[in-house]
Amino acid sequence: MAKKQQEAFFTPIGLENSTNGKVEKSVDLPEPTEKSHKDLDLSDDDVLSMYEQMYLQRRFEERAMQMYQKGKFGGFLHLYIGQEAVSTGTVFALNDDDDIITAYRDHGWGLVRGVTPKEGMAELFGKETGCSKGKGGSMHFAKVENHFWGGYGIVGGHIPIGGGIAFANKYQENDRVTACFFGDGAVDQGALHETLNMSQLWSLPCIYVVENNGYSMGTSARRHTVNEIHERSKGYGMKSAVFNGMDVFTVYENMRKIAEEVRKDSKPWFVEIRTYRYRGHSMSDPQKYRSKEELEEYQKTDPVERLKKYIIDKKVAGKKKIEEIEERIEEEVLEAIDYAEDSPFPENEALFEDMYADEPHFHDRDDFKGF
Amino acid sequence: MAELQFREAIREAIDEEMDRDERVFIMGEEVAEYNGAYKVTEGMLDKYGFRRVIDTPISELGFAGIGVGAAMNGLRPIVEFMTFNFAVLAADQIINHASKARYMLGGQLDIPIVFRGPNASAGQLGATHSVAYDSMYAQFPGMSVIYPSEPDDAKGLLKSAIRNNDTVLFMESEQMYGMKGEVSEEEDYIIPIGKAKVKREGDDVTIVASGKMYHIAKQAADQLEKDGVEAEIIDPRTIKPLDIETIIESVKKTNRCVIVDEAHPFGGLAAEAGFLIQRDAFDYLDAPVRRVTLPDVSAPFSKSLFDLWLPDAKQVIQAVNSVTYRG
Ligand SMILES: Cc1ncc(C[n+]2csc(CCOP(=O)(O)OP(=O)(O)O)c2C)c(N)n1
Repeated sequence: MAKKQQEAFFTPIGLENSTNGKVEKSVDLPEPTEKSHKDLDLSDDDVLSMYEQMYLQRRFEERAMQMYQKGKFGGFLHLYIGQEAVSTGTVFALNDDDDIITAYRDHGWGLVRGVTPKEGMAELFGKETGCSKGKGGSMHFAKVENHFWGGYGIVGGHIPIGGGIAFANKYQENDRVTACFFGDGAVDQGALHETLNMSQLWSLPCIYVVENNGYSMGTSARRHTVNEIHERSKGYGMKSAVFNGMDVFTVYENMRKIAEEVRKDSKPWFVEIRTYRYRGHSMSDPQKYRSKEELEEYQKTDPVERLKKYIIDKKVAGKKKIEEIEERIEEEVLEAIDYAEDSPFPENEALFEDMYADEPHFHDRDDFKGF
Repeated sequence: MAELQFREAIREAIDEEMDRDERVFIMGEEVAEYNGAYKVTEGMLDKYGFRRVIDTPISELGFAGIGVGAAMNGLRPIVEFMTFNFAVLAADQIINHASKARYMLGGQLDIPIVFRGPNASAGQLGATHSVAYDSMYAQFPGMSVIYPSEPDDAKGLLKSAIRNNDTVLFMESEQMYGMKGEVSEEEDYIIPIGKAKVKREGDDVTIVASGKMYHIAKQAADQLEKDGVEAEIIDPRTIKPLDIETIIESVKKTNRCVIVDEAHPFGGLAAEAGFLIQRDAFDYLDAPVRRVTLPDVSAPFSKSLFDLWLPDAKQVIQAVNSVTYRG
């Protein structure tokens, strides 16, 4: 066998000799914007509405986690907690008929794009009143009428689909911009590279956004992919940006600018938004790959707290107003839980519904004696 | 005999083969530092180091192909997929390359690679995470497909798979990783690929089932026994090569057959075995062969629909009742 055995390590070069529990900081956060909401043409009401949206995503998921732990529903549950500024800043930056598609960490995206807490919670519970009629669950929230094309469970699998949505928009000359979100883990998929190439080749009006939350499951970004992620764009001659995703104004400012450009010249962008996920990859993840200190370090930049502090410091509203919002949201989430509990499971016949748009054709349907 | 979890039996097989043969290594997503998504490879990194226990990015097509190239060039890779549901991204490497290159190049090289990981559904994971792929891969020449139902079979068969000089797909059910069973402590315990096992004897009906479905069949057989029906259960263990002789022999004895298959109905194990039985044992059949499969519908998330969707013992009993004309 090889002579220099001790040199033949296939360990990732990104970090030196990392071991369980001792991992270097996984992602550096660029400085947030210094602009105030007024500089960004956001009204006080806009800011409060942003807060409301972010707080809703946070509370919805904290409650969802409790419900999961109580065994109210099963399947995977990937929480978005910590990343709410990305979804919220983006949705405020885009037009309502701009298109959004994302991966399985999708609750926040759904809520801010009009999935009601009731529809969302019912989906988690697998009820027929869920946004995907209980057929999709946590990973497949969607509200197509609001141009939220859904969450998808195969890492990188939806990236070409994002390109396709943009393709259709260009084809139909409707001026809509597509934003396609995925995790840092997805940049290692061939689908991304094929899609970026064609998008640049055909000038598709699409923003490809890596939500770099530092980890692909248990692997820090620096250990699963080489070089700076946003620099991948260079190989495709694609415009790119990298910015802080813990500050909603920063996301808003950048995404608005980029969307405007895309709308003007139909040239795609490749964007890396750096953020952090507070919870495990999913509920079954013991998180041995990162230290408590690291987590606490990032929690200091918490996007929800940050915006709250801004609102109070800049006197956008008083503490009382904030409390009012928070109470209302809490109420709404609790109502959503009751609604989900009380909603019926789908009828047996629903198993065969939604499989085909037209004449259904099931192979050997009569042999299925399930009910 | 030692009592082992399914995951421990698999780990032992890998460990023993890595110990025995320097050329064997394992790679896949989270197999090293994370100790495996389902903890199959726990402790492997500590024992064998970064040279032989290799974390990959989420690049199924790429690392499957790197495995194929390494196998061509003298190594014996074990490639772990987090589930076979994600291995579809690597299907080009598995189907177009691993299984075909030997033939295309006139037998100039071997491709001794094992692709392994969880198969089929593990619970309410939705449509993309709940597909059984054993029958699909069995369609293609050049590879073996193994879907064991018990830790003992898993250990013996995996060791065979690693020593096999062709492509082997070794499928595990996530729901079985924690399942315990007696495993032979025989040194170098090998079970040959392609041999079915009669796991329960009976005269009234033959039930064919592998992987997770074996346990459904067992539940059904326990229930049927109470009703006075003695079911014989054949676990093919390897889907390809399929030991049809053992199945036929059983059917000649019982004259009735139900095949339980975790795949969709079109063209799966049940269709193939059903065809072979009517071809080779037509005169022995007292009733048409029946099958219990998933419906021709993608996996739903909702618990109520999911439970309906997945084959269960009740359906197996219904099928047995039908072939024994008992209602
Ligand atoms: C093709 C494929 N391979 C593996 C998986 C299993 N898996 C699900 S999520 C995940 C990590 C992805 O991380 P990242 O893209 O960074 O997204 P994040 O979870 O951080 O939002 C893995 C390995 C999968 N769903 N699809």
